[in-house]
Amino acid sequence: MAISEQQAKRYARHFSLKEIGVRGQKKLLSSKVLVIGAGGLGSSAILYLAAAGVGSLGIADFDAVDLSNLQRQIIHKTENVGMPKTRSAEIAVKAIDPNIIIRLYDFALTPDNITDIISEYDFILDCTDRFETKFLINDACVIAEKPYSHAGVVRFEGQAMTYIPKKGPCLRCLMGGVPHDAVTCKDAGVIGAAVGVLGSVQALEAVKYLTGVGDLLCGRIFSFDGLTMNVRVHSMPGADPDCAVCGGSPSIKNLAENSRDYFIQSCNNGGDDV
Amino acid sequence: MVLINGTKTDADGKTVEEYISQTDYNRSRIAVEINGDIVPKSKYDSTILNDGDTVEIVGFVGGG
Repeated sequence: MAISEQQAKRYARHFSLKEIGVRGQKKLLSSKVLVIGAGGLGSSAILYLAAAGVGSLGIADFDAVDLSNLQRQIIHKTENVGMPKTRSAEIAVKAIDPNIIIRLYDFALTPDNITDIISEYDFILDCTDRFETKFLINDACVIAEKPYSHAGVVRFEGQAMTYIPKKGPCLRCLMGGVPHDAVTCKDAGVIGAAVGVLGSVQALEAVKYLTGVGDLLCGRIFSFDGLTMNVRVHSMPGADPDCAVCGGSPSIKNLAENSRDYFIQSCNNGGDDV
Repeated sequence: MVLINGTKTDADGKTVEEYISQTDYNRSRIAVEINGDIVPKSKYDSTILNDGDTVEIVGFVGGG
């Protein structure tokens, strides 16, 4: 792949970074990243990945833009209220760089369809808003051996970690099972700039993974509290050998057979994308 | 005494499971870090808190 004169100008600041340079930029341009959820986390993640020159972006979301999203979901605009979030995100990405190849998935990811979709991508970002979906993505990525970035945010705080197959713990190693009673941003509220921090962390992890530089949040949890500005990185160096999905003798081998884990069980849990 | 989230706590000799069950923490939404490393959930029953341990409870949130 040759770098054009326009690309040389566009990515000049990357070329100045010894960690990225022309070589890293070529890797980004030939990479495919899937962002699941075009809400709060997805907004900053998608915009930064598009700007960084990730050549191919998949965007998955089944929702439409709502006026109440705009307080934090900065990829969406007032004029796009009512539009599918995938289409609204595509407009924003094309405005940054019309050359990015975009594929939209404007339906819910399920145990039946997620494996085929993630198989197309080099790296996946979990930017969803419910633990049920986060565990679906985790289990699908573990079984398909796909690297992905996890993040979650509520109120002013959130966490992020990166799963690399066979190299570190997955979300189940850390949390055990799905907390079906977790509070959502709709119930608890959320501040846009805090979601933006975590979405940016996810984009940064993707860029580092794709270019092969730095230390990923593999075996480490980045924990952020925007109210106190306490930032911690907690360590869990190895996977749990007894983990139900990535352990030595996993009980979860088939997503469809484990599908009740991924259903939204609480009628109170009407979350929307942060 | 065990230093839990910066507070000296009389939890010596208790397992992680016993300690968590006596608190308001929701077991499914936290990770427990002892002396710098997170303990897998499957080891909560067999991991005993010792005098001088430093424990951090890490919360997980699910919005996005």
